[in-house]
Amino acid sequence: MRVLVAVKRVIDYNARVRVKPDKSGVDLKNVKMGMNPFCEIAVEEAVKLKEGGSASEVVAVTIGPKAAGDTLRTALAMGADRGVHVLEDGEVQPLAVAKLLAALTRREEATLCMLGKQAIDDDSNQTGQGLAGLLGWPQATFASKVVVDREAGRASVTREVDGGLETLSLKLPAVITADLRLNEPRYATLPNIMKAKKKKVDTVTAQELGVDITPRLKLVKVEEPAKRQAGVMLSSVKELVDRLRNEAKVI
Amino acid sequence: PPVFLLADVEVMRGRRHSDMPRPQWLPNAEPCARPGKSGPRARFDQSPACPLAAMVWSIAAVCRSSRTTGAAWRQACRAFSSDPGIQASRPDEREAMEYDVCIVGAGPAGLSAAIRLKQLAKEKEQEISVCVLEKGSEVGAHILSGNVFQPKALDELIPSWREDASCPIHAVPAVKDRFYYLTPRRALRMPTPPQMHNKGNYVISLSEAVRWLGAQAEEAGVEIYPGFAGSHLLTSASGACVGVGTGDMGIGKDGTRKDSFAPGLDLRARVTLLAEGCRGSLTKEALKRYSLREKAGADPQTYALGLKEVWQIDPAKHEPGTVWHTLGSPLPWNTYGGGWLYHMADNRVSLGLVVSLDYSNPNMNLFQEFQQYKRHPAIARVLEGGTCLQYGARTLSEGGIQSIPALTFPGGALIGDGAGFLNVPKIKGTHTAMKSGMLAAEAAAAELAKEPTAAGRALDLGAYETAMHDSWVHTELHRERNIRPSFGLGAGIWGGLLGSALEAYVLRGKAPWTLRHRRPDHEALAPAAQAAPREYPKPDGSLTFDLNTSLFRSGTNHEHDQPPHLRLRNAKLPEAINLPRYGGPEARYCPAGVYEYVPSEHGGQKLQINAQNCLHCKACDIKDPTQNIQWMVPEGGGGPNYTIT
Repeated sequence: MRVLVAVKRVIDYNARVRVKPDKSGVDLKNVKMGMNPFCEIAVEEAVKLKEGGSASEVVAVTIGPKAAGDTLRTALAMGADRGVHVLEDGEVQPLAVAKLLAALTRREEATLCMLGKQAIDDDSNQTGQGLAGLLGWPQATFASKVVVDREAGRASVTREVDGGLETLSLKLPAVITADLRLNEPRYATLPNIMKAKKKKVDTVTAQELGVDITPRLKLVKVEEPAKRQAGVMLSSVKELVDRLRNEAKVI
Repeated sequence: PPVFLLADVEVMRGRRHSDMPRPQWLPNAEPCARPGKSGPRARFDQSPACPLAAMVWSIAAVCRSSRTTGAAWRQACRAFSSDPGIQASRPDEREAMEYDVCIVGAGPAGLSAAIRLKQLAKEKEQEISVCVLEKGSEVGAHILSGNVFQPKALDELIPSWREDASCPIHAVPAVKDRFYYLTPRRALRMPTPPQMHNKGNYVISLSEAVRWLGAQAEEAGVEIYPGFAGSHLLTSASGACVGVGTGDMGIGKDGTRKDSFAPGLDLRARVTLLAEGCRGSLTKEALKRYSLREKAGADPQTYALGLKEVWQIDPAKHEPGTVWHTLGSPLPWNTYGGGWLYHMADNRVSLGLVVSLDYSNPNMNLFQEFQQYKRHPAIARVLEGGTCLQYGARTLSEGGIQSIPALTFPGGALIGDGAGFLNVPKIKGTHTAMKSGMLAAEAAAAELAKEPTAAGRALDLGAYETAMHDSWVHTELHRERNIRPSFGLGAGIWGGLLGSALEAYVLRGKAPWTLRHRRPDHEALAPAAQAAPREYPKPDGSLTFDLNTSLFRSGTNHEHDQPPHLRLRNAKLPEAINLPRYGGPEARYCPAGVYEYVPSEHGGQKLQINAQNCLHCKACDIKDPTQNIQWMVPEGGGGPNYTIT
């Protein structure tokens, strides 16, 4: 079973961001970038499946500019076998990502796609679902536990939903997106980083895959969240009711 | 093992014996026990309580120890992993990799050395494999500096840097120098000292510049590994340095291995260059192990802490290339230090306060002094209407030529501010650090060429030391050698200004004398009972900030489930000495709020160490009056995340 894992290069989870003065986006100059934490978890799960014998090969995929190659190398250092880099400098929105991944999944003949549940820069939470739809495959999102039964060709996935935990049984091939508690990603150790440099990475473009990645959504404005107002101490319930009715106009 | 005792010798030299209680400086010993008797048996040999006899005993121990085997040395210096409470990796679990040169620290010195090595390899058609270890999460993450950059060394290293569009260094040339003496309300313009004429220099963010240098190094074929901390030196049976071991990752706070445990790696190298910056941990290990200070007859190193913020200011007030240096307020007359404000690119200013760590008043809160500096009308006027973008702090070496230790040891060398090449009156250390890296690289390449196969014999980089002595670094540092010490002659800032003016305008470094640094900074602290209190107003949230807000802006973080990297040799000393005698100075000089005295269970107070906040500035390692606090390197990737400092 070949597993395709998608990784995205995003702003480091620890980096402080600021909105550009013209409100057209976030200032990315000099900001530290890294692998999306949910993608790390997806890679870890894929590598665990390989180590457990369920998967034969793990292929890591990233879509982005040249610098995204570093993210791919990190995935390789964590245990992926080879990589595919879709070189695109412009904006690639979730639907376009899903189309590219669908084309790659067919090309690589993968039977399991592991993604992070969402990226921490846009929080779209659409790519995994979109990919499953395009491929016509079953999907299990927000996975907190994955058990693959290769003989039966099925995967049992526990999902974290609002009401609690839900366990689904999926017929492979399928798409699974990883949530936080699925596993704790391993450190990329120095020997593995050095070995990763020698692993094969194919570079393709969206054009070669025959996918149109024109953005469909237009970003209108980005603003910082409004500053929190200080709380007001009131002296009596009567004053509270009065303020709620007349000032806040909520009753 | 004598490693700790050697520190005791340094601590005891020149101290006022009458001031100190009979200390038991040894790890795990009870404080102030009756002389000659102890409570729980110390883990290491006991020295007699009488300081003089202890000193003699320590020296004897060092002599004995020169016959110990390499294994004992390795054990001694892996203080972290020799702690039985920590499930460190065993030698059989650790992989090893071989390089010709291993450089610890991806700063200006380390990267210059790496680039120079690759240049020489290309020139002479030699194969030199170079790897650079960097404990920060990326190159530049732990770099903080003023910085008005003097391009002397860069012109030698990469002459085409001015034509490189991606190079952030040439963006803002320094155009205007001003030197002010600040009274609480006024800024009195003073003649700009000759060392502070910055024509030909550039106002930069050193973090950005180092990132660019890192890209140059990678293009040249250097392997840079951010997120990996050099935790200990690897030594051969003869005691020579044969490389660096990286730290284990994935050990929990309680010392047990987590699921994500990954053992460190042994990087065996024929040449090890330590470029960790001021008070580096491996540098400290090398100084002790190879007695580098004693060999050179060097004075103790003296340090300063620089606290810095980068602000985005109102474009109307921004004058790119303006360079201000200030003396005086808020620091008292007897404390060496000063402030700066430089206008960078993109409507940003860099500003900060440098305070020498030989200050005596334990009530000085260095973070608050810096906030106070911003309140001065001249500074506040520039910052008004602006936003603070980043905050950070780092110590720097102020000892100058008097404090430079022996630079080489079998198999390695010290480069950069770790050795202490900063030119204090200019407050520039970047160009000298880079030059030292380049000269070390030249010596290393020559040695590696002589012995093309790893012959097992430790390489001797003596040529580096000679080259440094013959270089412009030595000329510069020699000329300025008497300026900083003139502040310590007793008349504080006034004597200093007088002495410096004499040096700068009349003597120009040609005086037949050299003023010395008599004692290490941690001995300068006076007891709290004799100290004047210092008042600090509350932060206002727009110009001055509280510590937590500032820390957020440094981007500092550590994996919280790891053993604390700030270790007390003796856990009881803070309550026994630091708090009653000095009023807990660590809670005041730490710019990250790592040390806090909190109420303890049985009345009184205890020291709480918030290691996660640490900015890796090393002030505590320097200033703790009993040298009880030991800064050890935490899991790689932790620490601040500076981008524009």
